[in-house]
Amino acid sequence: MTNVAGAPGTADTAGAPEPAGERKVSETLHFARRNPKLLIGLGIVLAFLLLGVLGPFFVSDTPNDYVGPKSQPPGGEYWFGTNTFGQDIWAQFVYGVRATFLIGVFGGGVAFLIGTAVGFVAGYKGGIVDEILNMLTNVVLVLPALVVLIVAIAYLDVRGLFMQGVFIGLTTWPWAARAVRSQALSLATRDYVDLARLSGRRTWKIITTEIAPNMSSYLVMSFILLFGGAVLTAEGLDFIGPGPSNGVSLGLMLESAVQWSALTLGMWWWFVPPGLGITVIVGSLYILNVGLDEVFNPKLREL
Amino acid sequence: MLELKHVHKVYRVGAFGGGRLRAVRDVNLTVEPGEVVSLIGESGSGKSTIGKMVLGLTRPSAGSITFEGTDITTIRGHSARKEYYRRVQGVFQDPFSCFNPIFKADRVFEMIRTSYFPETSAPVWREKVLDALATVRLDPDNVLGKYPHQLSGGQLQRLLIARALLLDIKLLVADEIISMLDASTRIDVLNLLADLKERGLGILFVTHDLSLGNYVSDRSVILRKGAIAEMGPTSKVFDNPLHPYSRHLLSCVPQLHRTWAEVDAELEANPPEDVVLPVAADDASAPLLEVEEGHFVGIDQG
Repeated sequence: MTNVAGAPGTADTAGAPEPAGERKVSETLHFARRNPKLLIGLGIVLAFLLLGVLGPFFVSDTPNDYVGPKSQPPGGEYWFGTNTFGQDIWAQFVYGVRATFLIGVFGGGVAFLIGTAVGFVAGYKGGIVDEILNMLTNVVLVLPALVVLIVAIAYLDVRGLFMQGVFIGLTTWPWAARAVRSQALSLATRDYVDLARLSGRRTWKIITTEIAPNMSSYLVMSFILLFGGAVLTAEGLDFIGPGPSNGVSLGLMLESAVQWSALTLGMWWWFVPPGLGITVIVGSLYILNVGLDEVFNPKLREL
Repeated sequence: MLELKHVHKVYRVGAFGGGRLRAVRDVNLTVEPGEVVSLIGESGSGKSTIGKMVLGLTRPSAGSITFEGTDITTIRGHSARKEYYRRVQGVFQDPFSCFNPIFKADRVFEMIRTSYFPETSAPVWREKVLDALATVRLDPDNVLGKYPHQLSGGQLQRLLIARALLLDIKLLVADEIISMLDASTRIDVLNLLADLKERGLGILFVTHDLSLGNYVSDRSVILRKGAIAEMGPTSKVFDNPLHPYSRHLLSCVPQLHRTWAEVDAELEANPPEDVVLPVAADDASAPLLEVEEGHFVGIDQG
């Protein structure tokens, strides 16, 4: 009679061979391996990441140098050709991809940190804290972000990836905050959160160890969307002007291509690689996101 | 030990918070060491809200909740709150939702250790956990290292009680801890509560089940619409219910050897003698009238 509870009508799986945590992980992996959207998206993103990380080691350190003959179409020596000034477009492209990932990680990261912090605190604390943070979120949400970015970056002397990332982060966090808040709101009323409070846990510890792990897939997807959004915003800013003045990015390449009439001159090799690069990177990020959604959400799984 | 004085809880409801919902109305009650006090009431009678307020999970709108001389609504700061939880713990209704599903069930013990006994060494702590498990009559091999979904409701519920016992608690708030358990497990947990009472613990036993209240408690408090309808020693409340609502409740309990018709006929034959109920001065107050020693009746709410 040591264990009456285990006897009647209970699923006592004492002899279960593997614990649930491992089973859950392997189950996720099982579905991940069979999801073409996830595999294709991840494959393309990783390929570009590899290009951005390793590529610059194989081209010149200064991609803006005037190295070759002018207006050279793609060929054996200059893979993507050269532009009107004789700059190597392949070198610029490779550095541009690196800049794209940096701004994505940095801008998306800043937005993710602010958004999740605001969302978790608002959702967990509730009451007046929630109302104030929610109001702040809504205010930032209705700000015309691109206009603010243009004005703010135009007024600042410091230009570069860092500043751009900070500003993108500061303007794109609200929807992540709202999404995280709504999830945290429902998780915060669970009994195990109350139990953690009864166990003398601090608020931030409850948020990081009780609530956040239960929505980890959600957080991963938020970060991917913020990453894609930051890339698009950054390239947009570069394209219309207030980007890093002496750096390289796909947006800046597009900007100079337009400025020096690449289209009318028929120099397609000048604007197609950066344009296609942005489209493919952000597009495959979104495909990856849809794939992840299908993997994490049992209702969307194709069985 | 625990004393509630004129405790109110009013929620703001509706789209713009314009409506008011009075969940707890002017409640006075005490819990002494070694005493089990049942809070009995239907859904929405405010019994769980009282439990939550005692545990400091929600704040009362008005009134004071005093535990060993300190008003817990004035507790500020994390360390003071933590000290309070060293002496007062709760066990909730739904054992399945009390465990974070992505962690192993015995993590609830580890949380107590890291919060309250960080200096205790692993072997000593394990000894302590085994002790607590023995008290709740669980076999350590069956429950340690398992995930919540691998355990039964009864096992989980007793793990939670064991968790509370790891601390040197004085008061346990047991919020409907029986209702999710199947019949054979129930009596085990009830007997466990009786053992704890023997050790001098005060227990606030929240339930909607009259017979459980009768079985386990020294004093019973019957709640209706947030206010106390009747309060007193369990034997007096159950043998001689004075409030119309308590009478109604007791007459609703099915009896094993009698049909409804027989019960109704008997009530018809000897109608209980009416008592004069106290009248509330306004919407917020709910005075109690002491009819016999320690036996109170509350206002009539229709």
